[in-house]
Amino acid sequence: MSGLRVLVPIKRVLDYTLKPRINAAQTAVENSALKHSMNPFDELSIEEAVRLRERKVPIDEITVFTAGPPKSQDMLRTAMALGADKGIHVRIEKGPELEPLGVAKLLKKVVEEQKSDLVILGKQSIDDDAGQTGQMLAGLLGWPQATQASKVEITDKTVTVIKEVDGGVETVKANLPMIITTDLRLNEPRYASLPNIMKAKKKPLEKKTLEDYGLDVEPRLKTIKVTEPPPRKGGVKVDDVDGMIGKLKELGAL
Amino acid sequence: MATTPPLRHQVIRIYKELLFLGRDYPLGYDYYRTRLHKAFASQRQLTNDEDIKKGIARAEFVKKEIEALYYLKRYRTLRQRYDVT
Repeated sequence: MSGLRVLVPIKRVLDYTLKPRINAAQTAVENSALKHSMNPFDELSIEEAVRLRERKVPIDEITVFTAGPPKSQDMLRTAMALGADKGIHVRIEKGPELEPLGVAKLLKKVVEEQKSDLVILGKQSIDDDAGQTGQMLAGLLGWPQATQASKVEITDKTVTVIKEVDGGVETVKANLPMIITTDLRLNEPRYASLPNIMKAKKKPLEKKTLEDYGLDVEPRLKTIKVTEPPPRKGGVKVDDVDGMIGKLKELGAL
Repeated sequence: MATTPPLRHQVIRIYKELLFLGRDYPLGYDYYRTRLHKAFASQRQLTNDEDIKKGIARAEFVKKEIEALYYLKRYRTLRQRYDVT
């Protein structure tokens, strides 16, 4: 039996430690010359793919994929330092970022090209928080999907996934091929060590463009305005219980 | 010492690895680097192989701690952003 071919799409996003600032025109978040890193949920997906292999699930190849500006390559290198075997980079020089549907269409082509059996995505990216790509890809491919995974087990061709849902967990079972999106508690991603980063520089990285896939990814959505959340209003200190009850009544909470 | 002791490489290796980790340190690389350098310099008088090995083991331990610190910091931030409602 030949092993699985796993595809892990990743995204380069603004580092999670930074506070996003909105540009003057209120059309987008300022992101030039700021620190970027890999989307944390994508790190979980790579880690899961690598752990599946370490648990002796037969995996032939772990491919990481990203679409974005030239600097996204660094993310692919990091991913390969974490244990992926090869990378594919679709260069998008400028213009608007791809939308979830565009990414899903692109990923469908990549899945067909790479003959992947399992796609592990982060459940959402921490920049647009759309959380749609995995689901759309599953729809386009007609594959089963398990979103917000907190545990993944593979035996032969059957995948059992424990999903996090509101107020509990849900266990689903499906046959490969399959789409999985990862949640925060799936695993603990390792840190890319210096020697591994050096080794990753020798791993193969394919460079492609959107034209290679012959895709039309015209944006369908228009961002009208981006604003900061309203600042939190300061609280009030009350002297005693009566004061508190009075205040609560005033606010209509009692 | 006339010849290069074999432990020297190990010490340099772990020092480099720790330096590399410092690039993401919350208090900044400068803060981290000076302290790391001081910590290593304070052990420079060690000549006994056993002591040096112990020092390396301690450095490995610190490395794990720092990795755990980064992981926890990120996990907590994300949990606060996405989980706690």
